Amino acid sequence: MQILNDLRFVAGTGLLLLGLIIFALQIFGVFKFKYVLNRMHAAAMGDTMGITCSLVGLMLLSGFNVTTLKMAMIVIFLWLASPVSSHLISRLEVVTNEELEKHCELPPEEWEDELC
Amino acid sequence: MSKPIPEEEYNRKPLTPVIRWVMGEADPYLGNVEMRRPRDNAPSEGLVQSHRKDREEVIEQVFDREHNRVLKGFNVFYRFTAVLCCVALIAMLLVAVYYLPPVGHADNPTSNEVAARYIESGLQETGAVNIVTGMILDYRAFDTFGESNVLFIATCTVLILLRDDQKKKKKLPDPEEVRERRFEPGDDIILQRVTFILFPIIMIFGIYVILNGHLSPGGGFSGGAIMGAGLILYANAFGFEKLNRFFTEKTYKWVSFGALSFYCLAKSYSFFTGANHLPSGIPLGNAGDIISSGLIFPLNICVGMVVACTMYAFFTLFRKGGF
Repeated sequence: MQILNDLRFVAGTGLLLLGLIIFALQIFGVFKFKYVLNRMHAAAMGDTMGITCSLVGLMLLSGFNVTTLKMAMIVIFLWLASPVSSHLISRLEVVTNEELEKHCELPPEEWEDELC
Repeated sequence: MSKPIPEEEYNRKPLTPVIRWVMGEADPYLGNVEMRRPRDNAPSEGLVQSHRKDREEVIEQVFDREHNRVLKGFNVFYRFTAVLCCVALIAMLLVAVYYLPPVGHADNPTSNEVAARYIESGLQETGAVNIVTGMILDYRAFDTFGESNVLFIATCTVLILLRDDQKKKKKLPDPEEVRERRFEPGDDIILQRVTFILFPIIMIFGIYVILNGHLSPGGGFSGGAIMGAGLILYANAFGFEKLNRFFTEKTYKWVSFGALSFYCLAKSYSFFTGANHLPSGIPLGNAGDIISSGLIFPLNICVGMVVACTMYAFFTLFRKGGF
């Protein structure tokens, strides 16, 4: 039983550390990149992967109780909400930026109607 | 009672021009006063050129940083003084911070009998398990009433400043505005699907936070903010037409008015009966039950409704200038 507890502790701490590393990468990326879509990619990575790793680590550490359920619900909520906000920001950028082709490769012309 | 008179007679009356001028129907000076266009003051092209040349020359000589020694010296002096001022200010603030009492010390001026009273007898006197709610909605209920009114007055002020009255100016919308409207997330299928899932959860969570305000962390302000955010999400995803099916200007008016006046009447009754936790006929109930702690429960609901309405009203007023 003791070894199981130790394993749980190691796994939880490892996941927590992984989440913190991903958050550090996110901060670094947000300030390192210049263009909106690149920066948003970095920010969205932290909001989904980083928060999931951290919270799963915390769930492992806290054991099975109501707090674990609440943390799982936070993960689900953030997975639903954060990518959608990133999607809206990128959509606004694509629609408003008239010099988009300078920054990234554009899809063929016939897709134009579906994008806007 | 004034009797109707024909129009010619009305026009002949001495006060009629004044009245029409006051009502904004006619301008008495229009056509009666000699009007002349102002003289054309636009300078000639050569004058503009010479002015520009003079200006560039002056700038070149004055701001010539390589050769103007006074300017160079002033720049150095400016930077040095700026750093010195900042360091002096930081040092003063740090010295002031050094003399502050330590956090959590028993002899601090903040740890007086007021906080002790709240902690010791708050549960007994207000019936609220959450001491913070007991403080803001019982001991300091008058203060919270002022805060709710501040929210309402802020909405009224924004309404006065930003209201876009379509009935009065029947003109075509600004083309710039139309162009900007196109960029708003109108029919985004991803946003709509996610809102379809999240909106009920957000609203139920907001209601839970409001109703549990006296039992757990939360209360009217936070729950109302959550519900307002949910309404804003719905309006963003599905547009204002769908939202107006259940939330219009009338709803806003009546919910805000009803909540604020109920708060006012309930607290007036409480003050009228003595307010200092004298018996007022409102039972406190069992501490820990949902319906307990006397007036705190309905007052939490009132505050929550006002905050939710205010959040949504700010959003919709800034977005399109009306409900």
